[in-house]
Amino acid sequence: MLRKFTTVGMYGLAVLWLFPLLWAVWTSFRPRELATSWSLSADFTLDNFAKVWDSAPFDQYYINTFLIVTGILVAQIITATLAAYAFAKLQFWGKDVLFVLFLVQLMVPADILIFPNYNVLRDLSLLDTKIGIMLPYFASAFGVFLLRQTFKTIPHELEEAARMEGCSWFQILWRVYVPLAKPTYIAFGLVSVSYHWNNFMWPLIITNSVENRPLTVGLAIFAQSFETGAQWAEVSAATVMVIFPLLLAFLVFQRQFINSFIHSGVK
Amino acid sequence: MGELRAKWKVNMYAWLLLLPSLIFLLLFTFYPVIQTFILSFHQADLGSPEPFFNGIDNYKQMVEDEVFWKVLTNNIWFAIGTVPTSVALALGMALFANKALRGKSFIRTAYFYPTVVPMIAVANIWLFIYTPEYGALSHVMEWFGKGDMNWLGDQKNVMWAMIFMVIWKEAGYFMIFYLAGLQNISQELYESASMEGASSWTVFRRITFPLLMPTTMFVSIIAFTNSFKLVDHLVIMTKGGPDNASNLLLYYIYETAFSFWDQGMASALTIVMVVLLLLVAAFQFFAMDKKIHYN
Repeated sequence: MLRKFTTVGMYGLAVLWLFPLLWAVWTSFRPRELATSWSLSADFTLDNFAKVWDSAPFDQYYINTFLIVTGILVAQIITATLAAYAFAKLQFWGKDVLFVLFLVQLMVPADILIFPNYNVLRDLSLLDTKIGIMLPYFASAFGVFLLRQTFKTIPHELEEAARMEGCSWFQILWRVYVPLAKPTYIAFGLVSVSYHWNNFMWPLIITNSVENRPLTVGLAIFAQSFETGAQWAEVSAATVMVIFPLLLAFLVFQRQFINSFIHSGVK
Repeated sequence: MGELRAKWKVNMYAWLLLLPSLIFLLLFTFYPVIQTFILSFHQADLGSPEPFFNGIDNYKQMVEDEVFWKVLTNNIWFAIGTVPTSVALALGMALFANKALRGKSFIRTAYFYPTVVPMIAVANIWLFIYTPEYGALSHVMEWFGKGDMNWLGDQKNVMWAMIFMVIWKEAGYFMIFYLAGLQNISQELYESASMEGASSWTVFRRITFPLLMPTTMFVSIIAFTNSFKLVDHLVIMTKGGPDNASNLLLYYIYETAFSFWDQGMASALTIVMVVLLLLVAAFQFFAMDKKIHYN
């Protein structure tokens, strides 16, 4: 009895959880006059999307977000691979201290240092640039720990064998470690991309022009340009447009996506 | 002699590998924190073109600032409201999604998808849900014959509205960690428990829950840190209002720095935030076996 009750409750919860998304999608296809009413009619339109596309430079925002997310990911993978190898396989002076320094970044993430980092960017004259949005995230302690974990499990004999064959250290890293850590790279890549795709506060503060604004900031500006409630259909359409790419990617790669998240936090 | 040289070489090599990460770490974590610490002892606002040293005036002013205490209390309530509920819900979701006979992947997807939706988009959608008269919640309350409520415009309701939304956003993410934790519990334990005829409640209390303890600790810490990091929605939904009823520490820093342009005060507030998060980190360090996640 109780079991049945919880089962129904948990399925109900799933429906409740889906509701906001379904509602936003529904509203985004409704004609403007009907957006706020709950009538069930067969009136659907693409006008809202067309209007959004015309009235704000969302194409530019897409490109910006794409460039920012890609730039951060590439830089993070390079810096994290090098650092992770050092932490996983080498004994050197100051290792423990450096490890703690990296730990601190996990505890005090760049997200809360918005004001201090604004000053740093101002001093570097990098305000309102895409590179400015990216720079604070180029080093990722999270990525370093994740890769270090994986590199540690790779037996030393493989490296020895490669060295015997005359591989340089770079070749060893590139031919032995990187391919064997592929699942971790995928996991980290997904986490990093979804994180930076969603990032808002930091780009909001330092960007100031259409050329550099990412989707999230563009969406916020678009939504705030209306009086509350007046343009639900259009704001919903814009919201759906911003959500859509990541959500689609998630639905297609659902299994991998969830497994990668599982991978990323706990080993 | 040769050994010493080899050692020196390895050192050199390791530091070179760490250098790229270290540069960005120093430039965007350590240097700014130190700089901010220094600035927090200066008067640096619109009225003072050149910052000048004013001792602990900013901190004194902060302690006397009612809004500061308000946002700090708000943030603590926000944490109390979101952390235990979303963690408990996540555990329930994971237990169910792990066992569900039908629609396993549908269930997981439904619970998890809010994680990949940007907070700004979430805020737009939930703003429409909470809008009086036209919003989804108003429609539902109408069905039940209850009066309308102003969720975001009322000081008493706004925090609850935020807390519920954040639980919706986060619970599915935490579920994933529990799903991972559940994979690590050996099936034999459950088999021997069922041989002894233990009830499912006993199994949960004696096996599942204790063995998931590390996950619970880990997830609680993330949830707690998140409750100080998540402020994007305030920009869209309330701007911290009404009368600071939904304002949070990070948003207050944002306002102080970029609306009031009081840089000295923004620095002092940032330092408070950093100290707070480091205290939590220290707690984490001592309270749980650090080997669980970092080794």
